[in-house]
Amino acid sequence: MNTVPMSRASVTGRATPAPPGPARPARPAGPAGPAGGGRLPRVLPPPPSVDRAAGLNEHLDRHGPVPYRGARHALIGDVRASGLTGRGGAAFPVYRKLEAAAAARPGRAVVVGNAAEGEPASHKDEALLTLAPDLVLDGLQLAAEAVGGGRVILYVRRDILARSRIDIKIPERRRRGVDQARVEVIPAPGRFLAGEESALASLITGGAAVPRYTPPRVFERGVDGRPTLVQNAETLAHLALIARYGPAWFRELGTLEEPGTMLCTLRQADGSVTVAEAAIRTRLDELLDLRNASAVLVGGYHGAWIEAGQAAGLTLSNAALRPLGAFTGAGVLAALPAGRCGLAETARVARYLALESAGQCGPCRSGLPSIAAAMGELAGPRPDPRVLADLGRWAGLVEGRGACHHPDGTVRFLRSALRVFAGEIGEHERGRCVAPGAPGFLPVPAGPRAEQDWS
Amino acid sequence: MTTTLRVNPIACSGHGLCAELLPELISLDEWGYPLIADGPVPVRLAREARRAVTDCPALALRLAPQPEHGRAGAARRVP
Amino acid sequence: MGVTSSTALWYASRATGVVSLVLLSAVVIIGILVNRQGRLPGLPRFAVLGLHRNLSLLAVAFVAVHVLAAVADSYVSISLAAAVIPFVSAYEPFWLGLGAVSLDLMAALIATSLLRRHIGRRTWRAVHWLAYASWPVAVVHSVGSSTDLRHGGVPLDLTIACIAAVVAALAWRVARAGAAVPRARRVRELMTPGGRPPGPAQPYPLAGAGER
Repeated sequence: MNTVPMSRASVTGRATPAPPGPARPARPAGPAGPAGGGRLPRVLPPPPSVDRAAGLNEHLDRHGPVPYRGARHALIGDVRASGLTGRGGAAFPVYRKLEAAAAARPGRAVVVGNAAEGEPASHKDEALLTLAPDLVLDGLQLAAEAVGGGRVILYVRRDILARSRIDIKIPERRRRGVDQARVEVIPAPGRFLAGEESALASLITGGAAVPRYTPPRVFERGVDGRPTLVQNAETLAHLALIARYGPAWFRELGTLEEPGTMLCTLRQADGSVTVAEAAIRTRLDELLDLRNASAVLVGGYHGAWIEAGQAAGLTLSNAALRPLGAFTGAGVLAALPAGRCGLAETARVARYLALESAGQCGPCRSGLPSIAAAMGELAGPRPDPRVLADLGRWAGLVEGRGACHHPDGTVRFLRSALRVFAGEIGEHERGRCVAPGAPGFLPVPAGPRAEQDWS
Repeated sequence: MTTTLRVNPIACSGHGLCAELLPELISLDEWGYPLIADGPVPVRLAREARRAVTDCPALALRLAPQPEHGRAGAARRVP
Repeated sequence: MGVTSSTALWYASRATGVVSLVLLSAVVIIGILVNRQGRLPGLPRFAVLGLHRNLSLLAVAFVAVHVLAAVADSYVSISLAAAVIPFVSAYEPFWLGLGAVSLDLMAALIATSLLRRHIGRRTWRAVHWLAYASWPVAVVHSVGSSTDLRHGGVPLDLTIACIAAVVAALAWRVARAGAAVPRARRVRELMTPGGRPPGPAQPYPLAGAGER
């Protein structure tokens, strides 16, 4: 009944000029994959077949066989040279995670591909699992080989699993010898924190998908107390291509510090949503139509708002975004239509974030609902004058005082809203609003139905 | 060797003994949860700090051997 | 005819037994208070905890005298071993054995609590739950091995009072825990009083976004 959301997946992005240097390496013979590093798409399939997955044969024809190296560690050098960073939101260098997991005894590490996609505004992991599942599974196999993993898991949000049916593809790969390691598919609940790495490890170990206290981090002690490598599904897809075409190929797009491409979920002001693959440092106004937008939400619900005018001059890169308190994150770019109230949208999301707190840590459990209620007050007419001071105090009180970064991300999102929508706050104080009573624009799922929703 | 006080926020249920025992370093926020001063524990308070760790009914306090990096305050992303 | 030393020891054992039970009951009740963050008037929180700890040590002292007096008393034969190894006593093996069980559990409680900084939260909590076994076993041991309880009087009244008090404290604990609102509802409730609800949550037009 549910159509694949990414029936409209499109491919955009301009290749940034390749950095001067050695000639482009020769394309490996055989696979008819990306002809050169400067071309898009990479992980997404090329048009016109953008609304269904390629079969395994098509995939192998296009990219060639999975380039196993035959030994642990062997791939890590290439990953390091490529500069690949995690695409799950934290942008941590992938080679360092691989090295940490590879330090364990052979067969001890647990390797998890993370397709929990806890961010409601993001659809990229679902798009990948629907359109390029074999690439993700290739990456999972390669990562498992590189670290000597003894257990390989694909952790997929329940409804994405149901729609993509990626579990059907795995036995065929195994049967045909494409997969060396057996892959377990573990469904994840549709909760915001379900993809957090300690919550992931907790659920796989048999508990609820709620964060655990760290240290130790999951790369030291994760699933069943074993060193655990957690990589976002998109990261694994890029890994699968780097293994085939090499780090220099990967670096032909993007910047020196942030090489490669990334998937973005583009939410336009007219309400349309697409997933696009773009080279890093693509201009934001090439991805989003900003003509009718007042602000842009960058990164997701733990990201930050930026004024549309400012956003027009920015690029999709942490170098450009960090000075404004934002970062690329999981690639969510949402344009707020000019006729919508940013405070009301922020309040709706803040309420969602408060409900999504695992409720384990006092400051988050108590502070986030207070913050959300205060935002709700601010989103209405003539808010109580104490609300802003309360918000400031509570934001300062919850930051850094949870076991995970849920309160921190919420505060970042909130503070950016207070900055960017300061003018609207003034309007509300005078009893005016740009869009009183307008329906919500940003996607906010219904709240948890029961305590059991954590498993 | 310096030690810092760290609280496990999941284990902490806001008993508040730590703030009574070590008011120089620990105060309680408006919800009853501990706010711990940054930095190493001064040597003169080492005994009180150890007592706070032992007496916490939830065993949520710990004396960590090195100073913590950047956890307090600024939002930080982790892999 | 006077009071023989054996009789004195026997009386000492019975008296310290009663006092031990009262002290242990107080320890359990104050322990429940600590757990539920209850307060005693005029006492800071660390003092409530201190009371719990000191009373438990006092109780151990009285239990020690209770045991040693019973062992030393020659009227009935109770070996020292029978005080710690359950059910090996020649005299009343079952009732005394229960006393030994309770004593062993108490030893585990005290030892782990003295070392609690070093053994980790989960281990300490798991062992400390045995307090809920140690106390009732001590009560049954008292009732079963004490002839004069059945004859009424102060010892019986005290025993009944102790049981009533602990049961009341337990009921209070269960009620407090039961009143704790489930997490999701608690969050929602914290947000609605007084504040205006933000705009209606609208499932996004994109398929699949609503049902998660």
